[in-house]
Amino acid sequence: MENGVVLTMRGITKTFPGVKALGGVDFTLRKGEIHALMGENGAGKSTLIKVLTGVYDFENGEIHVEGIDSPIINHSTQEAQNRGISTVYQEVNLCPNLTVAENLFIGREPKKFGLIDWKTMNKKAQQIIDDLDIGIDVTVTLENYSVALQQMVAIARAVDMESKVLILDEPTSSLDDNEVEKLFGMMNRLKEQGVGIIFVTHFLEQVYAVCDRITVLRNGELVGEYPIAELPRVELVAKMMGKNFDDLASIKDADDTCIKDELIIDANGLSHKGKIKPFDLEIHKGEVIGLTGLLGSGRSELARAIYGADKAQTGTLKVNGKEVKINAPIDAMKLGMGFLPDDRKAEGVIADLSIRENIILALQAKRGVFKLIPRKEQERLAEKYIKEIQVKTASMETPISQLSGGNQQKVIIGRWLATNPDFLILDEPTRGIDIGTKTEIQKLVVKLAKEGKSVIFISSEIEEMIRTCDRMVVLRDGMKVGEISEDITQATIMKAIAGGDSNE
Amino acid sequence: MKKKANFNGNNLLLVITIVLFVVMYAIGCIVYGSKGFSQFQSFLNILIGNAGLICVTCGMTCVMITGGIDISVGSLVGLDCMILAYGMEKLHWSAITAVIVVLIVGIVFGVVQGFLIGILGIQPFIITMAGLFFARGMCAVITTEMVNVANETFKKWATIKINLPFGGYVNRRGIYMAPYIRITVVIALIVVALTFILLKFTKFGRSLYAVGGNETSAKLMGLNVKMTKMKAYILSSFLCSIGGILFCMNSMTGSVAQAKGLEMEAIASAVIGGTLLTGGVGNVIGSLFGVLITGTIDALVQFNGKLLSSWSSIAVSVLLCFFIILQAIFALIKERNKA
Repeated sequence: MENGVVLTMRGITKTFPGVKALGGVDFTLRKGEIHALMGENGAGKSTLIKVLTGVYDFENGEIHVEGIDSPIINHSTQEAQNRGISTVYQEVNLCPNLTVAENLFIGREPKKFGLIDWKTMNKKAQQIIDDLDIGIDVTVTLENYSVALQQMVAIARAVDMESKVLILDEPTSSLDDNEVEKLFGMMNRLKEQGVGIIFVTHFLEQVYAVCDRITVLRNGELVGEYPIAELPRVELVAKMMGKNFDDLASIKDADDTCIKDELIIDANGLSHKGKIKPFDLEIHKGEVIGLTGLLGSGRSELARAIYGADKAQTGTLKVNGKEVKINAPIDAMKLGMGFLPDDRKAEGVIADLSIRENIILALQAKRGVFKLIPRKEQERLAEKYIKEIQVKTASMETPISQLSGGNQQKVIIGRWLATNPDFLILDEPTRGIDIGTKTEIQKLVVKLAKEGKSVIFISSEIEEMIRTCDRMVVLRDGMKVGEISEDITQATIMKAIAGGDSNE
Repeated sequence: MKKKANFNGNNLLLVITIVLFVVMYAIGCIVYGSKGFSQFQSFLNILIGNAGLICVTCGMTCVMITGGIDISVGSLVGLDCMILAYGMEKLHWSAITAVIVVLIVGIVFGVVQGFLIGILGIQPFIITMAGLFFARGMCAVITTEMVNVANETFKKWATIKINLPFGGYVNRRGIYMAPYIRITVVIALIVVALTFILLKFTKFGRSLYAVGGNETSAKLMGLNVKMTKMKAYILSSFLCSIGGILFCMNSMTGSVAQAKGLEMEAIASAVIGGTLLTGGVGNVIGSLFGVLITGTIDALVQFNGKLLSSWSSIAVSVLLCFFIILQAIFALIKERNKA
């Protein structure tokens, strides 16, 4: 093995039934570098990581790790960990019912007389947490903390495993800017200590902020490995997509507005205790409204209050000019609303069902259980939306769990389109999916608006919102603090989020 | 970063269980005090009567913490009693041999169930239901008669009185009556203590919680989920067999219908003691109090004398609902606190 290299993967090949997931992929990780692994959904990033960490086996190829002479094959994550390869996944993979300290130390608890030494464990754990400036109590069970904090704990755990290779698989998806900053600090410190970090993310800005090198995959094949300085953003995107990058700015034509005067939603003083303070909101037909604010500012909560996912406790809601009472999401659905939740794994995807079944689910719920949609009609709908939103799949009967994240998301959007809604709430529809699919989803939103539908669009990426939204609603600390309808730019939005009276 | 309010519903459940026991017992003392309920010995009798169930419930708790269930325990206790009785009386085994055979049967039983559930990943309900039928069937295969235990050694073990140095009283004839427990209680309490240490202070114990909390995570954190589950079922069957021996010391018989429905009593006790059916939460101290609560209900019905014994089942069912609703409420509060 060359000097300074901690990990090499050569000619890795992996086939799933009917699909070639990886075809002879090479990957090299050097000591003390942060190496971005980029590619669209389905490019094979996750598969490569899972092959490396022993979640999947592979047919061909060799993996070498520094300090071990012969090629290694990991059969389990435990084996990978023992060889110094740790992973932090996009979804927090810790045990919510155990304390923070246990989650850090499980499987390697400090012992005294053969029994777990809780005192030492808690002390050591607090040390680790304090060193990383996470600032939580380690004796509390993990479920008491937010997803972002849980994510930090997961990283702390991986960091403490004295890994040679640290894999961060979409770790920033649920973190706010402040936390991302902290994570980067942590990554840079580890880099100085000589750890090789594989960073999988969809945020281009983040790649250019911390990474030294980029490996690009496309359709299970290696496109190339580049030092960061030699690969400008546009080229990276082009390489990921294998074509010239769509000019994103051209998604929306400024003069081509399709907003009508009719109001579809007229909310007056809606609120849900502890989640969102009373707010007013008017939405016109054909309008795309963006909800923006920091993580936890009440973006999702506002949408949930309208949809009845969290029943509004005060205020009135008019839909199409008529005052309505929404007690549960089914009422909202019957009024022509659709809601795509931000946590698609927990609230959206039914993993064991096929794509067809996932698509017709909402429509079936709207019709009621006793009016089964005829099989022919189901197939027609599934086919229509698979084509319309370009889901990459072998067949409509494939279980949705076999699709990549972005394609799953498309299916869920298809589910709502099938109900032919007048008003659609999309909560983080583009999170954790690649830039190509993101663009497609953004285009879809604009297209829907042109058809006269109204959309609430929630995203953490301001640029994306600027490109798609007609009007922005700004939230801060569970309260609607303003609207921006003219001059929507990064600067004006940031200012509104930060607040005029802010001292910072 | 702000620290979230820590609402620990699980500890609160345990406290409620203990308080409920104390209250229930206090009521018994007031209402049936004249009949001798308030004597320390009545309490000890509850322990003596339920020593076997305590062991079984400890095993059940461990399995339930992993998110599983073991409904074979009642039949296994029946089979244990049958093996003990038949072995000692018809095959003339020594008491020691019979006990060792029963423990080995328990382990083998657990290994088979554990392998099928843990390693092959089959639903625990189905496998242990098969175990339930198998063990009950084996009882009848051994003999359909009722066999009484007459083995001297075993009898001696069963009748040893261990006097406690406190809590006695002077009876009407002026003789000091020391309160006593039987060896079964000592063994049961040792089992509780060891299980407590196992759950709280060993890697295996914590793995049970991790598996019950989130199986995928446990696997990704490098724990051997399959082996952990398998071991849980072995432990359950083993503790169940210890429970079976204690049970036999109380009943001194082996018969086909013995300990029918004991698995449900064990599950009920564990749930009342704060173990979640969904896994990840539970502890044996709670389970011990769960058994004591069901035992107290039985004792209250007995002391009343007029009530049908079925009333104790009804009381247990009401309590079960009460605790499950409490658990649901606490889960809701927790969810709300987080948001």
